[in-house]
Amino acid sequence: MAEILSLHDAVARYVEDGATVAMEGFTHLIPFAAGHEVIRQGRRDLTLIRMTPDLVYDQLIGAGCAKKVIFSWGGNPGVGSLHRLRDAVEKGWPRKIEILEHSHAAMACAFEAGAAGLPLAILRGYVGSELPSVNDQIKFIDCPFTGERLAAVPSVRPDVSIVHAQKADRAGNVLVEGIVGVQKEAVLAAKHAIVTVEEIVDDLATEADYHPNACIIPGWAIAAIAVAEKGALPSYAHGYYPRDNRFYKEWDAIARDRDAFSRWIKDHVMNGRDA
Amino acid sequence: MSAIDTTTASDYTAGEMMTVTAARALENGMTCFVGIGLPSEAANLARLTHAPDVVLIYESGTLQTKPEVLPLSIGDGELCESALTTVSVPEMFRYWLQGGKVNVGFLGTAQIDRYCNLNTTLIGDYQAPKVRLPGGGGAPEIATNAGEVFITLKHSPRAFVKDVDFITTLGFGRDGKGRDKVPHIGKGPTRVISDLCVMKPDPDDRELTVVSLHPGVTREQVQEATGWEIRFAADLETTPVPSARELEVLRELKARTERAHAGQ
Repeated sequence: MAEILSLHDAVARYVEDGATVAMEGFTHLIPFAAGHEVIRQGRRDLTLIRMTPDLVYDQLIGAGCAKKVIFSWGGNPGVGSLHRLRDAVEKGWPRKIEILEHSHAAMACAFEAGAAGLPLAILRGYVGSELPSVNDQIKFIDCPFTGERLAAVPSVRPDVSIVHAQKADRAGNVLVEGIVGVQKEAVLAAKHAIVTVEEIVDDLATEADYHPNACIIPGWAIAAIAVAEKGALPSYAHGYYPRDNRFYKEWDAIARDRDAFSRWIKDHVMNGRDA
Repeated sequence: MSAIDTTTASDYTAGEMMTVTAARALENGMTCFVGIGLPSEAANLARLTHAPDVVLIYESGTLQTKPEVLPLSIGDGELCESALTTVSVPEMFRYWLQGGKVNVGFLGTAQIDRYCNLNTTLIGDYQAPKVRLPGGGGAPEIATNAGEVFITLKHSPRAFVKDVDFITTLGFGRDGKGRDKVPHIGKGPTRVISDLCVMKPDPDDRELTVVSLHPGVTREQVQEATGWEIRFAADLETTPVPSARELEVLRELKARTERAHAGQ
């Protein structure tokens, strides 16, 4: 049964130094408020998993929280590079990080396999790609029935997954709407899941947007719920607020420069202005 | 189609020529897995002109989407709001792409080589990269699981190289034979559209060959912008110029998009 906690307490209880953490949300519902809380609490040596690191991991990497990043597309969507990720990989600032890169198909399958409790995911993937030569977590197996050569990757089993959603009810059931990415898979694959939400309502089943096939994650599959209003900005929350495309463009200049980045973190994260 | 469709326009940019030519590659009724950026611009231009029933799907899970403005990211709300339905990302890659429901993958890239291999991973050595690029994203499996692949990018010697630094995504491999005898694999790249010309893999050895020069472009210009000695087809054609309607629709689409993104 999900406990309703403050964001501070949820992160303090479940995100430990050295943990493997997946913060998911495919362009939509990216848990920025939770990411900033992790930065504020000064967590270190995290293994960060995300299909698209996006600005949230650029910030965590630049703030020195990460020792390893597992991802499949590390850019600023529609804008260009993630400069903090690049600076860490190319120059080791603020520390050297290890990267392990996949394709989207493989990571999506790996999250799904994690949710399904399997040790590995199998896909018709990586054919002719040189990614397997730089990522020893990509292997090939023969189908025992047809003999076809298929790619295999280990499932994703994070210590903690953090996702953002539109709303939860008092029992901790969560409704996710719009682009659902791998959020549900991330929650179910993790030992503990934290879900931040825009609001808490009495009972999801009486909400106007509830319907039998809605994407609902039951409260008993979640460790903690925390309210984080506008917690996905500058990404967006379908039905609540649009993506702040302008900020994504502005981030390019902020993240390009170490000093400008450090000032931004101090002003907007450490001093808690966005909380 | 009105009479204006056949009117040609003399005043257009090389970028517009590229987008219009890329758009024309898509046929009405095709199911297209769309990459962000230039492919998305071309695919939506096709949908708004000659191919109203083209089915556009994006890796964010948005299926049969009809965006009013071009998305900045692959998961903009516009894509979801205008989609027939939105599925999870695992479902998108497993059922719809790997399951063989996609006719064509439309991709951009940072680097392409003479065998159509794509590099979006890095320039230089993997352990000590000169430039770290975003990585594979959906491309490695789009390129092998879609029926065929169209590629569009601007021509330059840095982009068109003899051998890519890293094969993120398979074209035809280092020797042109990378798809031979691989079961359940798509045809791979069938055309590459740049701002100078249209290229296709040679049917015998798969080496990229110029089949059509855009109006006013010379062989020398293409050669200067290509990092290997590029071949030209014996029956080299001239790419048809954009129609006035195509240009009008494209310009309106881009203007709408700029207004929408500036307003947020």
